Amino acid sequence: MESLQILFTAPIFSLQLLIDGILIGAIFALAAYGMALVWGVMKIINFAQGELVILGGFIVFSLNKAGLNAFLCIPLAAVAMFVVGWLLYHIVIVRIVEKDLFISILATFGIAILLQQLMNQVFGADVQVVESELGTWFLFDGNVTVVQIKVVSFFIALMLGVCLAFFMKKTRLGQAIRATAQDARAARILGVNTNKVYATTFGLNGAVCGAAGGLVVMTWVVQPYAGLAYTIRSFMIVIVAGIGNVAGVVFAGLGLGAAENFAGFILGTEFQAAFVFSLLVVILVCRNFKLRLQRSYLK
Amino acid sequence: MSRKFKVVIALLVGLAAVGLVVAGPVGAKVEDDTIVFGAALSFTGKYSTNGKHTKNGYDLVVKRINETGGVKVGDKSYKIKIKYYDDESTPARAGQLADRLIKQDGIKFILGPYGSGPTKGMAPITEKYKIPMVEGNGASRSLFNKGYRYLFAVLSTSEQYLAEAIAVAAEQAKKAGKDPSSIKVAIAVENDPFSMDIRAGVLEDAERYGMKVIIDDKLPKELTDMTATLTKVKALKPDVLVVSGHSKGATLAIRQTAQMKVDVPILAITHCEAADVVGKFGANADYTLCATQWAPTMTYKDRWFVSSGEYAKTFEKEYGYVPPYQAAESSAAVLVWVDALERANSFDTEKLRDTLAATKLETFYGWVDFDDTGKNIAKPMVLRQIQKGKYVPVAPAKFAAGKVIYPRPKWSER
Repeated sequence: MESLQILFTAPIFSLQLLIDGILIGAIFALAAYGMALVWGVMKIINFAQGELVILGGFIVFSLNKAGLNAFLCIPLAAVAMFVVGWLLYHIVIVRIVEKDLFISILATFGIAILLQQLMNQVFGADVQVVESELGTWFLFDGNVTVVQIKVVSFFIALMLGVCLAFFMKKTRLGQAIRATAQDARAARILGVNTNKVYATTFGLNGAVCGAAGGLVVMTWVVQPYAGLAYTIRSFMIVIVAGIGNVAGVVFAGLGLGAAENFAGFILGTEFQAAFVFSLLVVILVCRNFKLRLQRSYLK
Repeated sequence: MSRKFKVVIALLVGLAAVGLVVAGPVGAKVEDDTIVFGAALSFTGKYSTNGKHTKNGYDLVVKRINETGGVKVGDKSYKIKIKYYDDESTPARAGQLADRLIKQDGIKFILGPYGSGPTKGMAPITEKYKIPMVEGNGASRSLFNKGYRYLFAVLSTSEQYLAEAIAVAAEQAKKAGKDPSSIKVAIAVENDPFSMDIRAGVLEDAERYGMKVIIDDKLPKELTDMTATLTKVKALKPDVLVVSGHSKGATLAIRQTAQMKVDVPILAITHCEAADVVGKFGANADYTLCATQWAPTMTYKDRWFVSSGEYAKTFEKEYGYVPPYQAAESSAAVLVWVDALERANSFDTEKLRDTLAATKLETFYGWVDFDDTGKNIAKPMVLRQIQKGKYVPVAPAKFAAGKVIYPRPKWSER
């Protein structure tokens, strides 16, 4: 509770935590958006989400090492990861789509393990980073520091989110994806090639993860086995926000980032994850309670 | 299938089983003029980088010993070789492989795996078969409170890794005319056995000086971000910040203290070299204190490699990189085995165990002297400070090649 006291005596640090939390949350939201897309359209919970993020990070790392500008690597990584997602769909996911949820969890979990080991073979087990060459802003006599790469990440993540939402609303393919999400059979009857839609959706998810990975490697670190943290966070954000709710995913992501930071500060980092998951349980219980109060009737 | 046929098959299977038992293990402990050691190392999985360092350390000694006449046991000189398996960086697999090395391959001389986890997986097995294991990469002190008789470790245990940083802080306080008890300590370590040992060592030493521990964070294994802890450091302004979380913790600590411009007089971490913080962050890594088991600049001597410096040169010539301490301690483990075999003058495992326990040996890596629990109590940890991109030994005084720069210059003044 001493830490809580600090926040009261020096509220400036709350501001620091809030800024950092929200900026961090945007990157989580980006990965979660991909998960929500796959979940909503294909009814598949992708447990390899974190590994796709890390793979994106490694691609940015490799391109950057080859001499390319770090920010230029992000779109390249997104394109490469679109191909990875598309291939993954045609090799594995096509066999499990529209099957039992449990099978999809098993299959994507398998993909996660495979990706981890492959990354370990190709990139090595070492922790890697990419320097963005950006600095830090000092506010309030240096008591609050704003890391520029986090701000840039925040805007890139938001921009990508907006682009995706626009794509889903306005383009033919986006509409086909939404139609398939509503009712795949009906969409097929109306001439939508759902197989293509699924492949594109998984590819898009890969691209989103690739971009998120690029931001992760510039802000924190990547390592072949560090994917789980991003899978869990994405899963949580999607659960809280609900599938097919873009704005919800963004707000849940930002909220999660801030909540995690405050919990880590006040309770200590060992309770950071525990707090966030307790919060998830509380949200689910409240939601369940609210749903029960609604009157149900046959439409 | 007729009944007769089934009986014939059953008989055949039975015969084959008997044949296997009679034939015994395929490989023997000593093949003609070669002594075979056994090791399960992490060639794949998350420890694969350090698994490679361990293998290189082992192989270098094997090469050197075989080139210089081998190991003399009795009247005969033996060459040595190592049978390797991949433990996939998992303790359970390491345990299975220990069983396989001893039971199926008949190996009587075991070298340790990489890391405390796999070592913990192997130790119960070697203990069960009463086969001695000399290891150089399992530092967790939980390995040495279980009463193992056949486990010998050449490295310093993990609670000693960063305790020296507390001593440095106390010394600097005295120099400035302050009481060491005025020092405020912040600890952020990963929640795993190795790092928790480090924390225990730091806590013990801080308590001895009467220092106050104001931050005591346990970082999750899925650590991705240290913002919360570092914000606390900015708010409470400790004098010492101790971070341990393998390569990931080291990388995040350096990156995020630089990003968030966290000013702290002493930053002490582990795994500086494993994480290559100098290569990754350049000047941002300067003034960091790094714990190390061994460094090429040390002045130990032995009859195999002449000196620490010579060992480093030989290693670099062979593998093309400066040996990290993980390689050096692995080499030392083989040297301890060689020394014990020559002194025992026998291949009897019980006799070898007793000879190992009585080891008093100077190697290029440091002195080796095992206590009753099998850990080496003769070699201290060394603290090096990164100064202008170079690792300079600064403590303890005996090994210091330079003075510690205290405090770390403020970010605004760099």
